[in-house]
Amino acid sequence: MKVVAAMSGGVDSAVAAARAVDAGHEVTGVHLALARTRATHRTGSRGCCTIEDAGDARRAADVLGIPFYVWDLSERFHDEVVEDFTREYEAGRTPNPCLRCNERIKFSAVLDRALALGYDAVATGHYARLRPGPAGEVELHRAVDPGKDQSYVLGVLTQEQLAHSLFPLGDTAKPEVRAEAAARGLLVADKPDSHDICFIADGDTAGWLRQRLGPASGSFVDVTTGDVVGSHEGAYRFTVGQRRGLRLGTPAADGNPRYVLGIEPVSGTVTVGPRAALAVDRVEGSRPRWTGAAPTASMAGTVQLRAHGAAHRAVVTVEDDRVSIELLDPAEGVAAGQAAVVYDGTRVVGSCTISTASRATPADTASRATPAGTASRATPAGTASRATPVDAARSSAS
Amino acid sequence: MTQPETATRQPAVYLDHAATTPMLPEAIAAMTEQLGRTGNASSLHGSGRAGRKVVEESREAIARALNARPGEIVFTSGGTEADNLALKGIYWARRDEDARRVRILSTVIEHHAVLDSLDWLATHEGAQVELLPVDAAGLLDPDELHRSIERDPESVALVSVMWANNEVGALQPVAEVVAAAHAHGIPVHTDAVQAVGAVPVDFAACGVDALTVTAHKLGGPYGVGALVLRRDLSPTALVHGGGQERQVRSGTLDVPAVAGFAVALEHAVKEQPHHAARLSGLRDDLVRRVRAAVPDARLNGDPSDRLPGNAHVSFPGCEGDSLLMLLDQRGIECSTGSACSAGVPQPSHVLLAMGRDEADARSSLRFSLGRTTTPADVDALAEAIGPVVERARAAAR
Ligand SMILES: Cc1ncc(COP(=O)(O)O)c(C=O)c1O
Repeated sequence: MKVVAAMSGGVDSAVAAARAVDAGHEVTGVHLALARTRATHRTGSRGCCTIEDAGDARRAADVLGIPFYVWDLSERFHDEVVEDFTREYEAGRTPNPCLRCNERIKFSAVLDRALALGYDAVATGHYARLRPGPAGEVELHRAVDPGKDQSYVLGVLTQEQLAHSLFPLGDTAKPEVRAEAAARGLLVADKPDSHDICFIADGDTAGWLRQRLGPASGSFVDVTTGDVVGSHEGAYRFTVGQRRGLRLGTPAADGNPRYVLGIEPVSGTVTVGPRAALAVDRVEGSRPRWTGAAPTASMAGTVQLRAHGAAHRAVVTVEDDRVSIELLDPAEGVAAGQAAVVYDGTRVVGSCTISTASRATPADTASRATPAGTASRATPAGTASRATPVDAARSSAS
Repeated sequence: MTQPETATRQPAVYLDHAATTPMLPEAIAAMTEQLGRTGNASSLHGSGRAGRKVVEESREAIARALNARPGEIVFTSGGTEADNLALKGIYWARRDEDARRVRILSTVIEHHAVLDSLDWLATHEGAQVELLPVDAAGLLDPDELHRSIERDPESVALVSVMWANNEVGALQPVAEVVAAAHAHGIPVHTDAVQAVGAVPVDFAACGVDALTVTAHKLGGPYGVGALVLRRDLSPTALVHGGGQERQVRSGTLDVPAVAGFAVALEHAVKEQPHHAARLSGLRDDLVRRVRAAVPDARLNGDPSDRLPGNAHVSFPGCEGDSLLMLLDQRGIECSTGSACSAGVPQPSHVLLAMGRDEADARSSLRFSLGRTTTPADVDALAEAIGPVVERARAAAR
């Protein structure tokens, strides 16, 4: 096959490209220029769009003896990922820009261009596996290295996109990938992993948002008493589940720490309350994307609610474009805007964007640390006696 | 798209001679001979004298070929350094003589070695840089320069206008530039990197005060060039040290490189008329056949006032970098013409200056022909360009 290997300048994509070459494909390395201001020369490889990274990617391609080009996708990236990120935060949600980038850039703009230019597939350094399914379709599975598994951020890919993808690293553990890079003479072998949002150079998301969204003061409201317990400079600086840095004026009646439970973007009201109130067991999602056929009736499986988050046992019901998820074990700090990725065992079934997360079972029941496996089924939201809406709840982006 | 890239790659059809051109075998021989010898040209013993002899004979050969005096040749590490030395050095020297002289007049289509030096002078040294526009063919209007000088001639430190543009090949009106500037005793620098060997360049006759030339664009090695500089100009030095080159430029001279440079330059100048006639014939054929394959392809730059080996073509509806990649896959090497930033082809500042929009500027390729170009190279491009453009158009949709 003719394959475009997306090379970020990091070790994973370099080894993925090398493996694609070894597999006999005709590989062309492509670095995606995503930053709009190309002067951003960040060192220490925190992101994926610095001049240094482009140079590292080029050098890796030279070592592999494959042609290499830089594709400028900065406009698309700005419009579809960066702008969306800002808008979502402004609306009180927590977007995951990596998913968005995979959906709109890597496996859309890049793949489309590659196909039009005569290529058959795009290879990336994501840790996930592709396997043939029973009906000849392509299945997306978790990587064998659970610590590195990135199937969550690929949960937005459709069958058509998966059919033109290669993830050569899915069956390997990260230390082996580094060792292999070193053995292949790739100098990026010991380059640190990137963690942060690539377009926020210093990792200061709150500062970045403040610069774009400006100050937007609002109040903290205690969920138990309904009292205003403090004020803040911008609701977008908070995250569901956050405890530190709230600087609340009035201490809680019970003396226990309070957590961010929800954010109301229009009024800027940030609801705070006890930890027990963070737990949710009912998640509603929209904008579903299925890797194959959509689940027909309710399906039992697992759901992951954020990158590197736990897999929660769940019953998932799909009705047109609405996805209802009942979590068998409650989850904390579930943020609207994040993706809920649905798994059947290791297989990714699909994903949806979380619109609301709420509590259907009485809070005091759940807070008694429901033993896994015996969690009571959620009652329909409308009949819940003490449902705690964690509307527009957020957790940290990753 | 049928042949695997790495396995069965054809010998390249090299159409990027404006980026760098193959070394002349005689220059390789001259350089190789020197690589085996020892002798710092500044040393006082026999070996040093031998090295110095090579350097000085090379200097004399270059001077002869360019109709300059040997003392006017200042060796540098190439075109970029020569441009930096001319602009910064002359600006500083002229301003030191008279603090009013802070204006530098140049054009929007200069090479980045000039533009970025000017930018630096503006931000760090208080220079008032005026970049004059060009017309749709990429030519400076000398009247524009004239007006700009006349507005306040006393304040002009220097004028710098390139001889031939590296992207669209437009030949600038150097004689008129010199006349306008010299009327007020203002020195003129010209970047002639693309011109020497391609068109006649006579230093004494053209009247410029400083002229940039580099070896690797005319059959010599990388990393050596010269600023040809009238004796009455003493630019402030950028590189301090042993003062090897007229106290204006320091650093132990690269004897083998200088020897290779001289052989290549002598040859290029001697062959220039024949070379230009042959290349313009090939180039015209290339343009004609590209247009036959892609009827809406458009030649950028002046059809006649241009470098003989330059064809700069816009392909509406295509991304230049897709075209470049698809041609590269077929072993045909050319350029999107402009500078890269982090490897990303930027829309050419030259085409934008010629009044093209971004999409238009991004849709162009530069084919530059040189000494080793053959009719077969043109055939290969003529055959490939139609399907490549078709595919690139599909990818841009
Ligand atoms: C017009 C022009 N000036 C200056 C340079 C830089 O010369 P060098 O590569 O010798 O530094 C080039 C070559 O890229 C050029 O085309």
